[in-house]
Amino acid sequence: MSALLSIQGMSHYFGGLKAVSDFTFDVPEGVIYGLIGPNGSGKTTTFNLISGLYTPTTGKIFFQGKEITGHRPFRIVQGGIARTFQNLRIFGNLSVIDNIRVARHYTVKSGLFTSLLRLPSFLQEEADVREDAMQLIRMFHLEDRAHDQAKNLPYGALRRLEIARALATKPKLVLLDEPAAGMNPKETDDLMGLIRRVRDEFKVTVFLIEHHMKLVMNVCERVKVIDFGETIAEGDPKVVGKDPKVLEAYLGKRGAEC
Amino acid sequence: MGTIKLPRLLIAALIFYVVVTILSLDQVHILNGYFMVIINRSLIFVILAASLNLINGITGQFSLGHMGFAAVGAYVSGTITTLVLKLPAPQPGFWITGPIFIFMIAIVIGGIAAGLVGFLIGFPSLRLKGDYLAIMTLGFGEIIRTILNNIDYVGGPRGLLGIPKFSTFTTITLFTFLIIVLLRNLVQSSHGRAMLSIRENELASELCGIDTTRYKVMGFVIGAFCAGVAGGLLAHLLQLAHPTQYGFLPSALVLIMVYAGGMGSMTGSIFAAFSLTFLTEGLRVAFDNIPSFRIGTMDVRIGTEWVMVIYAILLILIMLFRTEGIMGMREAKLLIIEEKKKK
Repeated sequence: MSALLSIQGMSHYFGGLKAVSDFTFDVPEGVIYGLIGPNGSGKTTTFNLISGLYTPTTGKIFFQGKEITGHRPFRIVQGGIARTFQNLRIFGNLSVIDNIRVARHYTVKSGLFTSLLRLPSFLQEEADVREDAMQLIRMFHLEDRAHDQAKNLPYGALRRLEIARALATKPKLVLLDEPAAGMNPKETDDLMGLIRRVRDEFKVTVFLIEHHMKLVMNVCERVKVIDFGETIAEGDPKVVGKDPKVLEAYLGKRGAEC
Repeated sequence: MGTIKLPRLLIAALIFYVVVTILSLDQVHILNGYFMVIINRSLIFVILAASLNLINGITGQFSLGHMGFAAVGAYVSGTITTLVLKLPAPQPGFWITGPIFIFMIAIVIGGIAAGLVGFLIGFPSLRLKGDYLAIMTLGFGEIIRTILNNIDYVGGPRGLLGIPKFSTFTTITLFTFLIIVLLRNLVQSSHGRAMLSIRENELASELCGIDTTRYKVMGFVIGAFCAGVAGGLLAHLLQLAHPTQYGFLPSALVLIMVYAGGMGSMTGSIFAAFSLTFLTEGLRVAFDNIPSFRIGTMDVRIGTEWVMVIYAILLILIMLFRTEGIMGMREAKLLIIEEKKKK
């Protein structure tokens, strides 16, 4: 297993506050990798750093062996790292299919003038994109709502739509920011299956942040536990789950029972 | 986007019928010149409102100086046609019978000039998030007016006079039709969806791999280009271009059209451009006929400048009672390109 994403000595400060402190870790290709830690431990900041929303104060990020530190977010997405958000960021007034098609846009070759004049090559490409998008929509069981405004969808469907939209950018690595947030146990169970399916069918590496211990312990093949920007433990979830340091610092006594 | 259900063909036929009727009545001089000027003005304002809608309604930016770009288009194309008219005619009467294509080219050059200025304004301000564009365009609108006031070559405060009357109902309708069709094609293409996604959520758009700066600038420049075309048409309709025509108040009027019609709805922009242009003329006539009266020792005269007061009230009423504008985000079916819905 080679490292798809490699983070070396990454730190980030907000003014004097150390949000992420000297992270060094590799995300191997093809795994489901989990990053867990209590509130304010720097999980989302890590994602924001990887996806280019922030530039790390120190340290470097490598993706597929190439440095991506400080690249603009859309370049990083085009390079193969897609992400979802903890608080959904859906294009509410656009239809479900348009949400997906926006994410496919950067691969579209039709130029502005071809599009304005609706030349045959443009129409052909539009048809291809639409077919692609419908395929994704069917995979995520959204076909009944494909032409509805996204804001009218129920919460669980929006979560699925966001994952589908991230996959539409044809990524190699998907960052999922608390995918189970706000889901009931049934939906969480479905989500676990979905995450495994996404990894297998799209041949992507999944890197997720989660509070939900059951999900992390069931789905992830490797986890990293952090607290206040420091790494506490890393490795196999079964081993990490029993690590006394983790139990004490993060899970507490009740956490072990979950 | 929802649709309004009316038979597409019927509406298209009706619009065509109205256009042909006005055209033929104009040819036999049954309609008076005043009415034709208002009709032509409405069509020009349709271009202005629809193109500002692209910037403010579709891409979700905030431009306050749309008329500044119209001024660039008006002065550039007006200068070109007046210069060409002064050239010795290749054969007697050549410029007067007028090859219309010189006018067309001048209008397009005016549009391109406005687009270039739009790029110079848009590129630095759209790279940043926030209200920089509003500030820049507000300033630009005033700067362009001041510059035009001080360039003697284009008439300074007298304005650019003696522009040939090339804008006719036919040419204006043609340009308006073309621009509406092209804007419609743009919005309903992959590029248009990229612009819409910026309005919906800029961060998510960036993280869908969209170069948001590029698309914000693209929308802005296309909007400025269309405004330049509209300015050129207006100058060749009124046969003059004057700095006061392109100040803040006319820009605000276009802005009100976009908001009244519904942000993001081209149908709304078109509808509001027509109704507000006619309303402006109606109010102007009405206010001119109100005799002055005395309140205490003060003479009060309700002049035409009070039209803007009415619009301010109108805008407040819209914000209070119908925030999304007349059309909301809906489009008339005529403006929606149908997609085959395969299952």
